[in-house]
Amino acid sequence: MTILSGDPPRGPALIALLILIVAALALAPFLFPGAKSLNVAATILIFTVLVASYDLLIGYTGIVSFAHVMFYGVGAYGVAIALYGLGAGWGVLLLGVIAALPVSVALALAIGLFSLRVQAIFFAMVTLAVASAFNVLASQLDWLTGGEDGRSFQVPEALRPGFRLFEGRLFGVELNGRVLSYYLVFAAAALLFLALLRVVNSPFGRVLQAIRENPFRAEALGYRTVFHRTLATCLSAAVATLAGALSAIWQHYVGPDTALSFSIQLDVLVMVVIGGMGSLYGAIAGAAIFVLAQNYLQALMGGLSAAAGAAGLPLVAGLLHPDRWLLWLGLMFILAVYFAPTGIVGRLRRSPESSA
Amino acid sequence: MSALLSLQGVHTHIGRYHILQGVDFDAAEGKTTMLLGRNGAGKTTTLRTIMGLWRASAGAIALAGEPINALPTPAIARAGIAYVPESMAIFSDLTVRENLVLAARDGPMDDKRLQWIFGFFPALKKFWLSRAGALSGGQKQMLSIARAIVEPRRLLLIDEPTKGLAPAIIGALIDCLKEIKRAGVTILLVEQNFRVAQEVGDDVRVMDNGRIVHQGAMAELAADVPLQNHLLGLALGAHQ
Amino acid sequence: MSAVDAGAALPRQKIDIAPAFAPLVIALIAAPLIGSSSTFITLTVAGLAMGLMLFTMASGLTLVFGLMDVLNFGHGAFISVGAYVATLVFLPLAGWSQADSLMPNLGVIALAILASAAACGALGLVFERLLVRPVYRQHLKQILVTMGGLIVAEQLLYALFGPQTIPLPLPTALRGAFVVGDAAIEKFRVLAMAIGLIVFIGEAVILNYTKLGLLIRAGVENREMVEALGYRINRLFIGVFMAGSALAGLGGVLWGLYREQVHASMGGDLMVLVFIVVIIGGLGSVGGCLIGATLVALVANYAGFLAPKFALVSNIVLMVVVLLWRPRGLYPAGGR
Repeated sequence: MTILSGDPPRGPALIALLILIVAALALAPFLFPGAKSLNVAATILIFTVLVASYDLLIGYTGIVSFAHVMFYGVGAYGVAIALYGLGAGWGVLLLGVIAALPVSVALALAIGLFSLRVQAIFFAMVTLAVASAFNVLASQLDWLTGGEDGRSFQVPEALRPGFRLFEGRLFGVELNGRVLSYYLVFAAAALLFLALLRVVNSPFGRVLQAIRENPFRAEALGYRTVFHRTLATCLSAAVATLAGALSAIWQHYVGPDTALSFSIQLDVLVMVVIGGMGSLYGAIAGAAIFVLAQNYLQALMGGLSAAAGAAGLPLVAGLLHPDRWLLWLGLMFILAVYFAPTGIVGRLRRSPESSA
Repeated sequence: MSALLSLQGVHTHIGRYHILQGVDFDAAEGKTTMLLGRNGAGKTTTLRTIMGLWRASAGAIALAGEPINALPTPAIARAGIAYVPESMAIFSDLTVRENLVLAARDGPMDDKRLQWIFGFFPALKKFWLSRAGALSGGQKQMLSIARAIVEPRRLLLIDEPTKGLAPAIIGALIDCLKEIKRAGVTILLVEQNFRVAQEVGDDVRVMDNGRIVHQGAMAELAADVPLQNHLLGLALGAHQ
Repeated sequence: MSAVDAGAALPRQKIDIAPAFAPLVIALIAAPLIGSSSTFITLTVAGLAMGLMLFTMASGLTLVFGLMDVLNFGHGAFISVGAYVATLVFLPLAGWSQADSLMPNLGVIALAILASAAACGALGLVFERLLVRPVYRQHLKQILVTMGGLIVAEQLLYALFGPQTIPLPLPTALRGAFVVGDAAIEKFRVLAMAIGLIVFIGEAVILNYTKLGLLIRAGVENREMVEALGYRINRLFIGVFMAGSALAGLGGVLWGLYREQVHASMGGDLMVLVFIVVIIGGLGSVGGCLIGATLVALVANYAGFLAPKFALVSNIVLMVVVLLWRPRGLYPAGGR
């Protein structure tokens, strides 16, 4: 299967799950009509790309970085600033994307090269500091970024809700700009995912894994670890940037809390762990589960919390309050790191049905 | 002569590498046993395994009959084994005095013993309050050995103490080792310098590929040049 | 015998004091830019006070990093918890806090500090056992798990105390400022500096004049050799971890009073600065930590005045500059 670069998911349970998710996403406008469900589906797609790009860094190359969402933000803001400042057109959109990519790659290069100079143990902390500073900067440069309020903007006409591809409906759904946007995001996400799959299955990808396992040995074998790690960092940053661009196209809005905040970085961490580090398919599973939980679990928690409150258990009600959703996420995350470090993908692969 | 230290069928894996592949030997009490072999034969790994720094994956290690291979390193040290690693491992930010205070865990340092040590290594007295990191290579080696003898121990594990040292200092080292021997201490010594091996060693064990390939008295091996060539690739006397 | 040595000169003790002057350099650079001497004095005092508070929060972390190679991204939890415990102590002792007299004021603060230190020390033990110990030597998992711990701790604080910011008013006699010439020097800042200095002196004495300190300093350089000398360094580590957590709690109390408010996210927010301090200072070095904290705080205060939009960025720039000069920090402990 060359479209999957010779790396199909293994294990019947995993394959079934992935087919289910991908099919649901492909047909989402028809299966789950409604603005909210479509939004959930698009978010899953965008996060899949973002998490996959992060997995390239942390799972395949073994680099722990907290600055990843920075690149996502650059992509989102690039598109937003272009469309806001220069009007809504396809050319402008493309311009935003093309302008954002070099910024991300330059930042990635700077961080990568700087990391050579400092102890490995510092790297994670340095990325944390850099990401914080970037956030603050974005908020402060409000003439460019819209500050705390962010930027709302118009997208090209074909992507606007009012646009119709043709009159009438297809399977009960009218093909408006929203649906078209969705399929744009779907196509782009699919392409990016398959491209990443290609990268990790190439000789380059194999070297990355060798470096992750044992950098000294890789160096001794003649691989230029510096070059490979830097290239991996830049690639990962570039894909994250494109994910950010997609998110801007979809939401018609960009702001610090939707594109740059550290909580997004934490979400990505959770998704990559739950899905499974070191396997891109994990990104699909992790993103799907996380986004679904985020949107629908909170409603569940709200119900439980109200019930606990009515039963006279204020502490339990407080713990189950939907705002405390992060508490349970955090606990699940810790448990996942301990007991399921290979994530869902690892668990499903080991299911009894899969032979050898 | 009873064996103070005995290894039986010891295997050690480091990651995927099977370094020690069934090491069997004894070190007699009160004697100095040389552990010789080519680079990479597993000599340092053997010492580290005895010390518990690397876990033996199979086999038994006993000190005076008591098994020690399952004990954590601090317990092994407290059983009376002192370790002088190849890297010397002195604490550079601490003074010479502080390095020795740390090594003298059973109580305050015995002044007579200190004077005895200063007898071999006057530099340590001179640089008593200096930061250990500022010492020369030879002085650091002296400090490393001093740490091992600042209190009486039953067994000394010493890894290539003369590596990179000037001949004059090696002389001081030999005198020191002889004195320690006179006090009845058992020593297991990894060494490439033939002069040291000959002057100090009573027994010899030769390692190759993670196994012991020869055991016997030092004097015999020293007299048998063809055997030396066979075991070590070149005559011991060639390393100078 | 050792005629060679006897004649050798004493090794020159090259004391590396250049980095210790860095804060002075920063102050000297900032002074002309600020212009007014009274503002300069106020900012400098604020910087020194903040620096000493950051120091109490960071010194435990740098020893834990240096001693056991443990990356604890959840350290901020102790800062927040410490601050919340302080509010609990202040509540029943409102009389002491509102009295316009120094003794009861200091009394309530002292009690708050003791309670926070105890609570955070205990929490540190739990943290170490549950989160850190199981993933010993696996850096990636340590980072992930301790981050998870921070999030869970923060959320629990929200669940227990509510999501709103809780006020922590300064005791009456500590409000206001001393007026020295033209400059106003806030009274609490002086207290914070004094407490921070006491912590530093205490740490310095323990590290340099006790066997425990000797073990810590040696362990930071070469843990394996300390074990080979017969010391069970794991127990030592738990003690250091708990002490570090307790100190973070103390820092949280001071910071909460400084800002006169307490919020669950304050620990997490401060972690960026704490990490920068630890990086700049060098792992395992308490002295480096003090210098680093002073630098970071001075830069934050001066930049906060001169170019408020870029205060955090200026600290990143500081970090980059220091690392380019000294890749392992200003005073990294020996072996690493």
